[in-house]
Amino acid sequence: MAYEHRIDKDRCKGCGLCVDVCPKNVLEISNEVNTKGYFPAYQARPEDCIHCAICCTMCPDVAIVIRELEEAEPST
Amino acid sequence: MAKVLMKGNEAIGEAAIRAGCLNYFAYPITPQSEVAEYLSRRLPEVGGVFLQGESEVAVSYMIFGAAAAGERVFTTSSSPGISLMSEGISYITAAQCPAVFVNIMRGGPGLGGILPSQADYFQAVKGGGHGDYRLLVMAPASVQEAVEMMMQAFSLAEKYTNPVMILGDGLIGQMMEPVEFPEELMAAPSNKDAWATNGMGTRGSTRRNLVKTLYLVPEELNAHNLKLKAKYQQMEREEVRSEPYQLESDYQVLIVSYGTMSRVCRTAIDNFKENGIDVAMIRPQTLYPFPLEAIHQAAAKESCRAVISVEMNMGQMLEDVERAVRGKRPVSWYGKCGGEVPTPEEVMAAVEKLMQ
Amino acid sequence: MGKAFQRPEALAETHTHYCPGCTHGIAHRLVAEVIDELGIRDRTVGIAPVGCAVMCYNYFTFDFQEAAHGRAPAMATGIKRVRPDLMVFTYQGDGDLASIGMGEIVHAANRGEKFTTIFINNAVYGMTGGQMAPTTMPDQRTTTSPFGRKVLDTGMPMKIAELLSALQTPAYIAREALIKPKHINKAKKAIRKAFTCQMENKCFSLVELISTCPTNWGMTPLDALKWAEEKMIPYYELGEFKSPE
Repeated sequence: MAYEHRIDKDRCKGCGLCVDVCPKNVLEISNEVNTKGYFPAYQARPEDCIHCAICCTMCPDVAIVIRELEEAEPST
Repeated sequence: MAKVLMKGNEAIGEAAIRAGCLNYFAYPITPQSEVAEYLSRRLPEVGGVFLQGESEVAVSYMIFGAAAAGERVFTTSSSPGISLMSEGISYITAAQCPAVFVNIMRGGPGLGGILPSQADYFQAVKGGGHGDYRLLVMAPASVQEAVEMMMQAFSLAEKYTNPVMILGDGLIGQMMEPVEFPEELMAAPSNKDAWATNGMGTRGSTRRNLVKTLYLVPEELNAHNLKLKAKYQQMEREEVRSEPYQLESDYQVLIVSYGTMSRVCRTAIDNFKENGIDVAMIRPQTLYPFPLEAIHQAAAKESCRAVISVEMNMGQMLEDVERAVRGKRPVSWYGKCGGEVPTPEEVMAAVEKLMQ
Repeated sequence: MGKAFQRPEALAETHTHYCPGCTHGIAHRLVAEVIDELGIRDRTVGIAPVGCAVMCYNYFTFDFQEAAHGRAPAMATGIKRVRPDLMVFTYQGDGDLASIGMGEIVHAANRGEKFTTIFINNAVYGMTGGQMAPTTMPDQRTTTSPFGRKVLDTGMPMKIAELLSALQTPAYIAREALIKPKHINKAKKAIRKAFTCQMENKCFSLVELISTCPTNWGMTPLDALKWAEEKMIPYYELGEFKSPE
């Protein structure tokens, strides 16, 4: 089963809750501001992501989603 | 249809049921608690909803919730209770939901007294709550008229998606008179799917309904108020009602009086007539919209020398009578408060003073 | 290993106006997830409070009413009595429920009105700029307790879950928190149980959720979570206080 983890960077308010709870230390706060003026979270080490969805649980803005990929569908 | 002798409060409760309203939330307060007592027995008989809320404040919001969910609903209270409901009434008019409120007026201000008064005219007509809103206000002068106005109130509330108020007093509430409930006044069912929060499944729609009163953008709030104002202007064009008495005579004095006070005035006018003196009356049946034109025309009659507003308060409808007369004739006031009902002789004495 | 995660259908796409790290967003999502899972969206009516969540109706995709401050339980009573088939919930904060609305919530709970209340306890009045709430902690500084809440003057913080549990009428009353993922998972279970009580027409249900207000606490979102865990949880115990069985 393959998954795609995506952060909507313009929905993210850079609160940092996801960064703190990630058990694999995948996430960090970006240096690039988004359209709202926040510094959003991003996957600094995506290869370590186990798609546990704890970051999704913690995010107050549902800025993070995880999609199940069809077989042979590449992750973008 | 057989006539039944009924106490006003109970007749008002029965009238709602006959009109097709089976939901009632209320709080006890003298002199109208009999409505709740009557309906607590009667509504279960017809499969309706009865709930005594914990306060008038709470009741006004139970009314709001039920009305916004698309169900017919009404409540009754008296003066201080209506004060408590005034915030809720402001919200319901802003949200454009239909509902019926009945005020069986008692003496005020403050805790006041428990006997009849007409001292909530300003509150009912000029807005007891905040913001630009009006209620369609009807004032019955008998238990039968209270029944008919109650039955009409639900259709009117739904026509305008606005609360309607029946302004009675302790006399109307407490006295017993023969009544009948005309079947033709039963309110036809109306579809509220366009706006009611009755559940998307109920409407078979994927579009949700929102009932709110918050408009933070000034242009939106202004537009909303203009929309409400248009409804009130329509009320003013279509719903004014008043009853003339002895207007064909060459009256020197025109009385303006409503509710039970108008019945005392009627007796005074009849007494005058026996003595060969002509006095006439306009009895407003809607207090909002007010019969400005009818009063102006009647005041402008050549024989008429003075207008007097007779009401059980310290002079409230007086200001609208002055507005209607527009300076054509002198306007004065006679009234008593606290539950003292003027006698025909007292009214006659006040009118005689004007004739000198 | 791994799982999918999507926005629930009952939650709108609209970006929320809530501050970064405000746990309102988590509470909204949990309610929406439960509504989706129970399949009740097309017969649910929510009632919005006055407070930061005054416009929460913008974030849900089903029928909503906006209540006057504190009066949501009365409105919910009105709806539920005339349309018992609708699933009704109120969403209220400290001022709305525990201050001006105290009469309404106690009486609705006591009558056993069968709607659900989601009570957001963040120990402060958020929307109006951070004033003291009935739930503010002792010595906590707010804009109307600038020297810290003096309990000798203003009393102890109100424990709403306990207070309502003292009523004799059966109800489901629980308090959970939105602080750590494990709390959030428990919170969702409680919310689900509350709505299920309503579906089964059993009783009144209320879930109090210990939440944060980083902006008015003057902290970062992460520090706010820590403060809630250290200062609020020891006082506001978590768990089920009352169950209809």
